[in-house]
Amino acid sequence: MPLDLVVNVLLGGLLTGLVYGLMALGLSVVYGVVRIVNFAHGELMALAMYVTVVAFAAFRLDPLWMLLPVALGFFGLGYVLQRTLINPFIARPEHAQFMLLLAVALILVNGLLLVFGPDARNVQVDYALDSFQIGPVLVDKVRVVCALVALASCALLWAVFRFTRLGKAIRACADNLLGARIVGLNVAHLYGLTFGIGCACVGVAGTLLTLLVDVTPASGPSYTLLAFIIVIIGGLGSMPGALAGGVLIGVSEAAAGLVFTPSAKSMVSFALLIIVLAFKPQGLFARR
Amino acid sequence: MSELRALFSQASARTRNALLLLLALLLLAPLLLDRYLLSLMILVLYFAFVGQAWNIMMGLCGQLSLGHALYVGLGAYTAAALYQHFGLTPWLGMLAAVLVCVAMASVIGWLAFRFGIAGTYFALLTIAFAEFTRIGFDHFDWVGASGGFFLKVVQQGTTDWLNLRGHPRMFYFLALALAVGAFVLTAWLMRSRAGYYFRAIRDNEEAARAAGVNTFRYKMIAIQISAALTALAGVFFAFYYNNLFPEQIFNMGRSIEIILAPIIGGVGTLFGPVIGAALLTLLSEGLTELLQILGIQAPGLKQILYGVALALSIMFMPHGVWPGIARRLGLGRDAKEPQE
Repeated sequence: MPLDLVVNVLLGGLLTGLVYGLMALGLSVVYGVVRIVNFAHGELMALAMYVTVVAFAAFRLDPLWMLLPVALGFFGLGYVLQRTLINPFIARPEHAQFMLLLAVALILVNGLLLVFGPDARNVQVDYALDSFQIGPVLVDKVRVVCALVALASCALLWAVFRFTRLGKAIRACADNLLGARIVGLNVAHLYGLTFGIGCACVGVAGTLLTLLVDVTPASGPSYTLLAFIIVIIGGLGSMPGALAGGVLIGVSEAAAGLVFTPSAKSMVSFALLIIVLAFKPQGLFARR
Repeated sequence: MSELRALFSQASARTRNALLLLLALLLLAPLLLDRYLLSLMILVLYFAFVGQAWNIMMGLCGQLSLGHALYVGLGAYTAAALYQHFGLTPWLGMLAAVLVCVAMASVIGWLAFRFGIAGTYFALLTIAFAEFTRIGFDHFDWVGASGGFFLKVVQQGTTDWLNLRGHPRMFYFLALALAVGAFVLTAWLMRSRAGYYFRAIRDNEEAARAAGVNTFRYKMIAIQISAALTALAGVFFAFYYNNLFPEQIFNMGRSIEIILAPIIGGVGTLFGPVIGAALLTLLSEGLTELLQILGIQAPGLKQILYGVALALSIMFMPHGVWPGIARRLGLGRDAKEPQE
């Protein structure tokens, strides 16, 4: 196997992995703070992808222009979802939360199926086939753009959590819920904002992914699983873990596509998940 | 068996009579029902059975599995492959299927319970194993890989109990036997020592361990019983439908289908899975009929309504429908698990 091919494929996997990381980050943030496992995460991402595809088909809007509107829209959607539907389930057993989000996922996927049909859709931008050449290595331009946007989003998120009063308040809820209540934080409101942030992450990731892959309604559940694999490997609730897990999965998927048949690539991800759960269940990059 | 007798003597006369009446009706049902209704009843019994199997693990022992399709698929493929390739009767195939699934469950249980992996993490581990196996079977040529595996279909006029070939009536009785068997087993388990240990683990694992329960061992027993029963469901599935596709049988949707009935009916209750299976089949068929009558042809609409029904039921009936029904029927004591 020629070396430059290997480097090309792995680099592509790395760049896609950063977008995966942003997607998983949304899940991780929500779990880390609200302690709810969002089983409709991938379905929300499919929704974001369809919004972008429709905007492109109708107005020829470049997906990169859709980033901000989708992020804001999904932030609002997440806030409303949390305040109305999910908040009453905070204290309920895990299987009840799971069933509720499963119902949301079912409605989302089939809503997309009802409106758009089962066929794959995509976005054809005129720079889709451009690439940068660095020596013998060829990198797709769209992949680089996506990876940069994903990284910038993660950095922004990190800055919000690290430096703003809002971020401090949200971290307080995650670290000590009782303490947060005692000092007078509006926990329900903060949970809503956190869920909104998680949804905004997945919205941005979905918008970016339309540049890289086709979307079908059925891709929702598989993205949910992918996001889970990434956050478990990285450590549920850990921000750098989600990003590193995304890169790891992106690269291993690309490598598996090269070594085995492409249809077996998700088997490698599941094998990684099983190994991590078996030997280091708290995740590779967990703090404790 | 003395526990079983105790179970029946403990139940009030009213409950006992109602159960016997129900059993008699179910035994006579094939004489009265047409083929369509019979196939619906088979579905209800199948989901009641496999829901009960899941309920033993989740409802009694508190271990949430979202990958039970794994055992259905493994059981189905084991018995089907042994029958197709070696002509082995499915009755022996069941034994092999149970062994394979118990072995698989032991691996999963050992990996998870050793480190005290529970809750969400355990659920994801079960999904991962199911998905991993699905993709593996997609590339497993001996059983047809992703192209599917098909059993010889014979004339439905004859009924061959030995090889489970023939009329749906036979499958109805088989499903009935499985469902009744799982019901009786669960009822017995609930009153057995293991059943009390299971619930102690579910309610407070730390306290159970402090009280001297070997939690690892009893969690393993729960997952093994559940997997063994689900393997039988897989064998039933293989011989009833005659075709197996990895994409379908190991699908995560299948795992979810399995757990809907006990959740709607009432997790951890004896009657929950049965009631839930009946309600869900009614709901599903009713929606199909309704959409047909209204002349609406919209792919996905049925699933959307399903999702809405699911969300509403989980929001407004957190413990499932059975506790409410039990109170109406005045079965207060029998409906609940035995209290000490």
